[in-house]
Amino acid sequence: MNAEPTGTAGTEPTSTVTLRVNGQSRSLRLPDRRLLSDALRHDLGLTGTHVGCEHGVCGCCTVLVDGRPQRSCLVFAVAADDRDITTVEGLATADGGELHPVQQAFGECHGLQCGFCTPGFLMVTAALLARVPDPDEDTISEAIAGNLCRCTGYVNIRAAVRRAADLACGPRAAGE
Amino acid sequence: MKPAPFQYHRPADVAEALELLAGLDEAKVLAGGQSLVPLMNFRLASPAHLVDISRLAELADVEVTGGGVRVGAAVTHSELIAHGAANQVCPLLGRALRFVAHEVVRNRGTVCGSLAHADPSGELTAVLALLEGEVSLASRRGERTVAAADFFVGHLQSACEEDELVTSALFPRLPARSTFVEVARRHGDYAMCGAAAAVQVAGDGTIAGARLAYISMAPFPVVVDVGEVVTGRAQSEVDAAGLYDLVTSAVDPRDDIHASAGYRRHLAGILAGRAIAEAAA
Amino acid sequence: MFGERVSRREDRRLVTGTGTFTDDLGPDALAVAIVRSSLAHAHIVSIDTDAARAVDGVVAVVTHADLPGRIAGPLPLLIPHPDLTEPRTQLALARDTVHYAGEAVAMVVARDRYLAEDGAALVEVDYEPLPAVVGIDTALGPDVVHEGMADNVGAAGGETIGDVDGALAAAPNVVELDLDIERSCGSALEGRAVHARWDARDRKLRVYSSTQTPTSVRFAIANILGLPDEEVDVIAPDVGGGFGTKINHPWPEEILVPWAAMTFGGEVKYTEDRAEHFVASSHERAQRHHVRVGFDDDGHILGMDVSFVHEHGAYTPYGIICPIITTTQLPGPYKLPAYRCRFRSVYTTAVPVTPYRGASRPQAVFVMERTMDRVAAHLGLDRIEVRRRNLIQPDEMPYDLGMTFQDGRPAIYDSGDYPALLQRCRELVDWDGFPARKAAAAAEGRRLGIGFGCYVEGTGIGPYEGGHVRVETTGRVQVATGLSSQGQGHETVFAQIVADELGVPFDSVDVVTGDTRRFPYAVGTFGSRAAVMSGNAIAEAARAVRAKALRIAADALEANVDDLHVVDGVVEVRGTPARAIPLTHVAVLSNPLRYSFSEEARAATQFAATPDPDLPPVPEGTEPGLEARGWYSPVRSTFASGAHAAEVEVDVATAEVRFVRYCVVHDCGRIINPTIIEGQIHGGVAQGIAGALYERMAYDEDGNLQNASFMDFLMPYCTEVPDIEVDHIETPSPLNPLGIKGAGEAGVIPVSAVVAAAIEDAEGYTVTRMPLGPSDIHDLRVANGRSTRPGEQGAGRPDAADAPE
Repeated sequence: MNAEPTGTAGTEPTSTVTLRVNGQSRSLRLPDRRLLSDALRHDLGLTGTHVGCEHGVCGCCTVLVDGRPQRSCLVFAVAADDRDITTVEGLATADGGELHPVQQAFGECHGLQCGFCTPGFLMVTAALLARVPDPDEDTISEAIAGNLCRCTGYVNIRAAVRRAADLACGPRAAGE
Repeated sequence: MKPAPFQYHRPADVAEALELLAGLDEAKVLAGGQSLVPLMNFRLASPAHLVDISRLAELADVEVTGGGVRVGAAVTHSELIAHGAANQVCPLLGRALRFVAHEVVRNRGTVCGSLAHADPSGELTAVLALLEGEVSLASRRGERTVAAADFFVGHLQSACEEDELVTSALFPRLPARSTFVEVARRHGDYAMCGAAAAVQVAGDGTIAGARLAYISMAPFPVVVDVGEVVTGRAQSEVDAAGLYDLVTSAVDPRDDIHASAGYRRHLAGILAGRAIAEAAA
Repeated sequence: MFGERVSRREDRRLVTGTGTFTDDLGPDALAVAIVRSSLAHAHIVSIDTDAARAVDGVVAVVTHADLPGRIAGPLPLLIPHPDLTEPRTQLALARDTVHYAGEAVAMVVARDRYLAEDGAALVEVDYEPLPAVVGIDTALGPDVVHEGMADNVGAAGGETIGDVDGALAAAPNVVELDLDIERSCGSALEGRAVHARWDARDRKLRVYSSTQTPTSVRFAIANILGLPDEEVDVIAPDVGGGFGTKINHPWPEEILVPWAAMTFGGEVKYTEDRAEHFVASSHERAQRHHVRVGFDDDGHILGMDVSFVHEHGAYTPYGIICPIITTTQLPGPYKLPAYRCRFRSVYTTAVPVTPYRGASRPQAVFVMERTMDRVAAHLGLDRIEVRRRNLIQPDEMPYDLGMTFQDGRPAIYDSGDYPALLQRCRELVDWDGFPARKAAAAAEGRRLGIGFGCYVEGTGIGPYEGGHVRVETTGRVQVATGLSSQGQGHETVFAQIVADELGVPFDSVDVVTGDTRRFPYAVGTFGSRAAVMSGNAIAEAARAVRAKALRIAADALEANVDDLHVVDGVVEVRGTPARAIPLTHVAVLSNPLRYSFSEEARAATQFAATPDPDLPPVPEGTEPGLEARGWYSPVRSTFASGAHAAEVEVDVATAEVRFVRYCVVHDCGRIINPTIIEGQIHGGVAQGIAGALYERMAYDEDGNLQNASFMDFLMPYCTEVPDIEVDHIETPSPLNPLGIKGAGEAGVIPVSAVVAAAIEDAEGYTVTRMPLGPSDIHDLRVANGRSTRPGEQGAGRPDAADAPE
């Protein structure tokens, strides 16, 4: 049993990585193996992105890279160098004053309970509505089908996505 | 579950990538990482070097000709699904790709990466096998092309050598109706059984020939020619029981925790009927 | 506010990603990785940590030999019981023997988790393998898990009511069933996590843990580390799901990490990853039952004899609560004139078993409801009608079951209307219209089935919970309770209660749960008890604050207490709203001051008013401050109930199961927030469906878990969970002033029974084990002599299970 750290320099390969997150650029020296999820959470202090599995199945870590949802636990920070990354912290207005319609909708529809999976759902929903403003049920299903939730049974999450679509661009067509 | 240390390389072009692969010990190619990074996070794979080819413009193209679709190694599943011209010439691609994991994974995972990973449940392996496509490989030693039948060597093993880079895959145009069918435990899961199907239809609307390429039946895709049972019939009037018997005796799957061998074999027979009936232009 | 669908206070921070989960803390903390046994059963010959310690960034590598004092001893047995004759709990780090793959063997402390894992990978443990004991059959065989024991039976117990042997001997009909449920696990999306900071100067150990019981974790840490309670604070911050798993404590890491903080310099954290969670937390559900049931020709149960084996894994930290719950909840809503249930609880070399949502009620309900279906089938009677004939009637409440419940007290149903429950569910799913739907589907070659299940669930057990309510001079109302939250919306529902009881705006109430600094006396969040227990305690505290406020206000307004009420935070004279005093001012007056520190505070100083010279400033029997504590300690638990029905389609060719409808009628007494209740039910049903169709722990014969990842442990996505229709009836509990019962586990409890029944109804052969995937269904078809070739499969066969309606 040791009582002293054996060194602070570190012997593993590192790289200078420019992470452009929610519009702000930071240059960091990071180990090459640092996962983007960990870089966001621990190196940038953006703890809104959560880690549920680290093998790409649960979706809690989902962020947007150049507008497309990706699993940040399966991306090395160095491989995300100079990409536009959006996390849940980037959804509301800058001062946090106004919530993104997706955030508003999830709150209104009780689309979250413990909140751990929620940032991932918010990101895929935001990305969906940016591409398909008025998605039908099948499109909604397909978009959120890769995110696990253990608390809600998904019923209210589906409602929240529908509500978010309404909030983002007006009430749905009468035919729904 | 954090990966072991490695050195990351981002070559500026293919030539530099090949130099790296030739010169470095224990180097692996990183494209989308959707298959590799989970293995690394579990520490089931600990390459000392990763060579990131995902941003190489030389590998980013989808070339569509009358002969087929050539997909560069950096092309993601999502990019290929969205490629109208490619799906016009080769509709089987889009039909199979919608079964590959979930959209979020498809946004980063690459077509060639899937092929190189050679997962027995990889949908695209069956597509390549059915279409009798080929994989182009490059190394500092030169270039070569490997036919689908020779590319999938074993469980998670392809013909790609340690110093080689898959640069593209060719999916030949198929003068036939096609579809992809699959049964998985959850939407987006690895298939318990899946099949790419090609059905040639004669002028009078009857079947002139049909082949199926199965995933999850063996360490590599299993191609089954079912022509003898279905030729001469209309797609909707096939002898389903005869087809079932032929296919179930042509495959020899194993048990695993998700499905018994008997059930997988049964699914192969059932999916044959479904696929033949659904195959479309 | 009671009964209103109020939006949740928690949501703002959770949707903006500004919640605080345990791993969000301590970016600069040292990180822990645990070396875990890769073998299910082995002697530890030696542990070589040299290479691990040499890794740059590794601060320490700890094995059992390094652990001092009580930390080296076995972790506590949380719930002792006389029937648990051979309890075993694990050591924080294994010493001589490991008893399950995943057991903690060494701790690596490093600069960050990456480096800690590098170190862990280099720890070399030399094992001498011993025989693995996997599954109930092996556990009942000759290989013994724990040295010194003659077999693997850790406990044997049961309950007996009436003369079962006599009843069965005399019964006109007797049927036997063998039923099997497999291991599963809670699998919250946030794993376990601990963060500890030791301030040597302040002598304060502050521990954050993703736990369902911070107060008990605090006592355990203080006790085991040899610290006074006052030097230990434990906080449950935002917790990403508990589902029962996190009520178990103290985990090895909950002891090791605080000790590491005290030993290695300040701040240490541990975050369990997904691979670990499968092998290092806990599992539940594995039981095998044998039932003999005797009944008359009208379907009245005359006697029921159940014997079961409960498989509890390598250790028994939580005692035998699970099999006790199975035993006492099995009769459900039915009158069983004679009932005997005996169990043996056995060791295996697998992950220890502690309660998972439902806490072994699902197994009990599976057994009872499969039995009811079998009785119906035997007699050719409608399945709901047979149940109806056996129900305890509303006018028989309170109904004494004659058994001792999991709280050590008599199991007595307080209220309920089971006939109404069944009837409402029958209508909701259109049970009577099903035969026509089934026939129509069959004509199209499709196979439909319908299943029904109902249950009674003891909720709100003691010993107690407490609440603290304080009105600040700012007007904020601070509320605290000791149990913690994992998504149940406690900050919202408790605020609703206080808003109503105290008469203040909902938005002025701030609720803190699970922080021993704010409220140190509590039991924990489990057993669907939080709303009942803390809800009532907080209500009592709020009532006490209100009473005190009225007394002070009556004095200040020179009015009669009985003429006063509180509206929107203002104490008013009824009918004369102009004569009023805001609670903020009452709060000031409640604390007599010598020194004014603000304008408002002047009112409370000595010369500001004319006091009664014969009364002290703080009257006898009172305290300064507009605050109070309240307690709720019930004489016994209350009992919620529910009925579920599901219509399914089983694919004739692929054997996949698809839900056509899933219906729930639920009774949790009076409802504080219907939206939150429905959310709990949705989530519970989803977990129930997961347990019925997708989730099992796949152990190989060597005791290795083959599906320790989300790729192979099949938690359902949205595509696997149907829409869930929920209706309620309300039979208030007479046991507590708010009339509420619990709801947290309700959704999960009967699902396996319901789904099994529906599949059986569709397929026509008996279903006796869960979970069932399409491969299992296919193999059952083959085993039951069905052809699976196309054209020969048939659309389903009419059978005795489809009773004439």
